[in-house]
Amino acid sequence: MNKGAAYLLAILVVVFAVFGSGFATTANILNIGVQSSVLLLLALPMTLVIMTEGLDLSMGAVLSLSGVVMATMLMNEHRLPVAVGAAVGVGLAFGLANGLLVVALGLPPFVATLGTLGIAQGLALLVSGGQSVVGIGDALPALYGREPLDVPFAIWVAVAAFVILRLALSKTRLGPYVSAIGGNREALVLAGVRANVYHVGVYVLAGAMAGFAALLLTGRMSAGHPTAAIGMEFDAVAAVIVGGTTFERGKGSLWGTLVGVLTIGVLKNGLNVLEVSSSLQVASIGVLVIVALAIDSMLQALKQRRHTPARAA
Amino acid sequence: MKGLAYRLIAVAAIAVGLAFATDVFLTSANVLNVLRQASLTFLIASGLTLTILTAGLDLSVGANVGLSACFAATVMKATDSVTMGVVAGLGFGALVGVLNGLMITLLKLPPFIATYGMLWTLNGVTYWFMGGETIHGFRPGFRALGSGYGLGVPIPIYVMAAFLLVGGVFTRYTTFGQEVYAIGANREAARLSGVPVRARLTLVYILSGAMAGLAAIVYLARLNSAEADIGEPLTLPAIAAVLIGGTSLFGGVGSLTGTLIGALTLTLVVNGMNLLAVDASWQPLVTGAIVILAVWIDVITRQRAEARV
Repeated sequence: MNKGAAYLLAILVVVFAVFGSGFATTANILNIGVQSSVLLLLALPMTLVIMTEGLDLSMGAVLSLSGVVMATMLMNEHRLPVAVGAAVGVGLAFGLANGLLVVALGLPPFVATLGTLGIAQGLALLVSGGQSVVGIGDALPALYGREPLDVPFAIWVAVAAFVILRLALSKTRLGPYVSAIGGNREALVLAGVRANVYHVGVYVLAGAMAGFAALLLTGRMSAGHPTAAIGMEFDAVAAVIVGGTTFERGKGSLWGTLVGVLTIGVLKNGLNVLEVSSSLQVASIGVLVIVALAIDSMLQALKQRRHTPARAA
Repeated sequence: MKGLAYRLIAVAAIAVGLAFATDVFLTSANVLNVLRQASLTFLIASGLTLTILTAGLDLSVGANVGLSACFAATVMKATDSVTMGVVAGLGFGALVGVLNGLMITLLKLPPFIATYGMLWTLNGVTYWFMGGETIHGFRPGFRALGSGYGLGVPIPIYVMAAFLLVGGVFTRYTTFGQEVYAIGANREAARLSGVPVRARLTLVYILSGAMAGLAAIVYLARLNSAEADIGEPLTLPAIAAVLIGGTSLFGGVGSLTGTLIGALTLTLVVNGMNLLAVDASWQPLVTGAIVILAVWIDVITRQRAEARV
């Protein structure tokens, strides 16, 4: 994990708590949790994708598509579990397509998923006719509005996703395998592990979780919108990078990603409290990533310098 | 060269198909319209081609066009001077290129991440800068750059031809051009042969930014208005044009002529869909599928070449 990110988060919290009245209230902190929950659902699997030296740029568009599909089914009076199943199914299909393009056909991930981004975006526009899908009935808003133990439903879902994935990585072989796909694939294959299956599986998970995230997104908006989550994959990539997962050496950490997601959530919320326009919030995340990466690259350079013995004169 | 011939045949085939399928396609108005549209895509994609030739990528070109156009429009209105506006647009585009170049060469960020971050940063800044406003209504002399004609041919086509010529000579016959190909083919070998890799890469990203700035000026002249969202739909088609044109994502292989053919192919497909009254929602879908197909062909071609060696 990137320790710098944890410090950064702490500094942001302190700064906003001091300068933004209304930041450090229970209501606002829960609000940050709710706002961060969808992003966490995208950023967790994105961490695994990036650990395999990959990237999934289609997640935002797939989430939008799944949301539109879910809302349309609810509007046509299908039951909630069926609608959720359809949304996850759409995500699964895109994840499988991404995985096969990257692993079976050997396409560079960022361009392959840029292509599927376009396809998902086009489908979302076609399914919805370019309009918001409203009139989704009561079932989803009722579920989304529940607050067991005074904590909003969205936060429960996000926490559950984190715990499950964290356990899967630490208690099963998934963790070492995913690291090895990015770090030392040859060794994995020689050890008799079907690396390709796991590699495709990582993309399938990413797609499925993007589809599942539609539950929270659609619940929050009480509607489906074809461009609702456009660009959200950037926030996810940003959170992962800020959290210290790198595109090389298969190194990554879900805790780091959690910190990254919260850093972005706090940054956006704090800027909101300080009444900075929402467009500049988007730009601030770009700057945040560059700062985080710059710190990382400087730390790397320092480390290298320390480990390289001085040349003999 | 054989690859280019195949691609030209594909363009011809699409054109013949459209000529039979619709009555409007072969009218001179529509043909000139296609060429004008292709010129714009080419201008955006030409700098991008250079970055891909070095085995890099510039995902920020579309967003750069958007913000450069808005900035140029603002300066043009404020100073009432076309020259100042043009200089502002070009300068801003190039400045974005400088930042991309520094992130890639100094911070050693992977180009797709650096320019992807730049994309969203620029988008945010554009919306903030414009605040939902639209700037429209420019002098006829300036608008001619985008919508005027010279000897019956739209002006953007002359701009495109000029840059194809300059860029073609630049990439093919100058040391700089050779160095761009060399960096893309084998960066380490290029460095050992004395190519100043960092300086050249920075220059390539500056050129990509400047070309986005230029495209922004022509685009502004054609639309006669600037809004925050004009750059958004431009990225995917530009990348598609480069890849269809046979420039390899792995670097070192490709040409600006190829990119022109790619831009033409893509424009024909979109124009055909418009003429056949296909819902515009299909456009990102089709462009996305084309990108995947083009990269797949690229990967297969590369695998075959490696198998031969």
